[in-house]
Amino acid sequence: MEASPAAPPALALHDVSKRYGRYWALARLSYTLPQGRSLLLTGHNGSGKTTLLRLVATAHSPTHGQVEVQGRDTVKERDAVRREVALLSHASFLYEDLTAWQNLMVLARLLGLPSPEDASGELLTKVGLGRRSSSPVRQFSAGMRKRLAIARLLMKAPSLALLDEPFGELDPAGIQDMERIIGELKDSGVTVVLATHLIEQGLSLCEERLHLQEGRAVAA
Amino acid sequence: MRRSRPISLLKAVVVLLGKDLLIEWRTRARLNALIFFSLATLLLFSFAVGPDTKLLARNAGGYLWLALLFASVLALGESFRVEQENLTLDGLRMAPADARAIFLSKALGNTVLLVGLGALLIPVMIALYGVKVTLGAGPMLGILALGCMAVAAPGTVYSAIANNARARDVLLPLMLFPLIIPALLAAAKATTLVLQGDPMNQLGSWSGLLIGFNLIYWGLGFVLFPRVIED
Repeated sequence: MEASPAAPPALALHDVSKRYGRYWALARLSYTLPQGRSLLLTGHNGSGKTTLLRLVATAHSPTHGQVEVQGRDTVKERDAVRREVALLSHASFLYEDLTAWQNLMVLARLLGLPSPEDASGELLTKVGLGRRSSSPVRQFSAGMRKRLAIARLLMKAPSLALLDEPFGELDPAGIQDMERIIGELKDSGVTVVLATHLIEQGLSLCEERLHLQEGRAVAA
Repeated sequence: MRRSRPISLLKAVVVLLGKDLLIEWRTRARLNALIFFSLATLLLFSFAVGPDTKLLARNAGGYLWLALLFASVLALGESFRVEQENLTLDGLRMAPADARAIFLSKALGNTVLLVGLGALLIPVMIALYGVKVTLGAGPMLGILALGCMAVAAPGTVYSAIANNARARDVLLPLMLFPLIIPALLAAAKATTLVLQGDPMNQLGSWSGLLIGFNLIYWGLGFVLFPRVIED
């Protein structure tokens, strides 16, 4: 999908730093992702990929600098940004004691979807959990949780999807499904930011790449 | 593409409260533990005081509220521990759910739980301590609801604060107990009046104190809670 000339960048980082106690997880990071492009985030464990995704998703605020999503500041316009962004994280954001269907229903109702039941059922089928919709999440394998977390992300219909290690814990069929879903997201105009150690897979899905090392952008 | 639209605060509270009560029902073992803990506390007071039935009857209101207060620490702590597993509180924040709706749903859920627990404890207290409810069930339930609300509102805020601390089990009662002394005193006094009669018409004053305490702390929680859970 081509962006109009006046459209703000999908994601802009202006001199962004994040500190946890004495540890700087990100240090003076600047980057601009144009509309219609997708970004592959690479780097070793602890390089700052997850921190960056959590800043963009508004789970945390930057210690210094500014993060903008579609031209909106993630601190000053937090709620507006939250409606645009969805995060697939290491943590699934799922309630263990609720069923898969109930987990999606809570989100669908919070989002004010016109038909939460239909949306939940449709997404469970899409991620291959239609037959397990009434099972509590506590009984799910890691791969099934990942599938349900993807359904949760799709429920939000975001314009910016942040995927932190989306292929982790998935079997080969699950990885294929995930690739298909990421492709569909991109085809529908969603900007994807993908953090993964599977670089070849990531490069086949993303046009841009940002390599992080100790919280700084470096040449890959 | 799905069309989402922001929902009202009230609707968000209903959705979140329904979710919390459903989880509470699904994990009934926790609920059972809470009931047995508070029953044991009531029983222990009667053993500690000994066979002095007049003393037991005189202090029955105080013992009831202490049992509820100790149980509330378990209930309040659990209400946010549920949200820590899989970082579901982050999931709610980023949904986005209004932080004030999260506060109201948690505080209401805790109130419902404590009122239910209190309703179970009152007949046990009557049987154990040999008291009768002189002013009737209506005033008793009214004081129970007001007292539980007074514990739940500040308790919900402090539970959210303590949730990220390493010593959260100790931190919550350390912060909560000194703060709710006026409410505890009013609830215990009012309960004693409901049990023993109110010849000096003092019940209104103690109820007024509870209502005032609730207005202040539910209001403060509503305003301050977004700052508590946001980075």
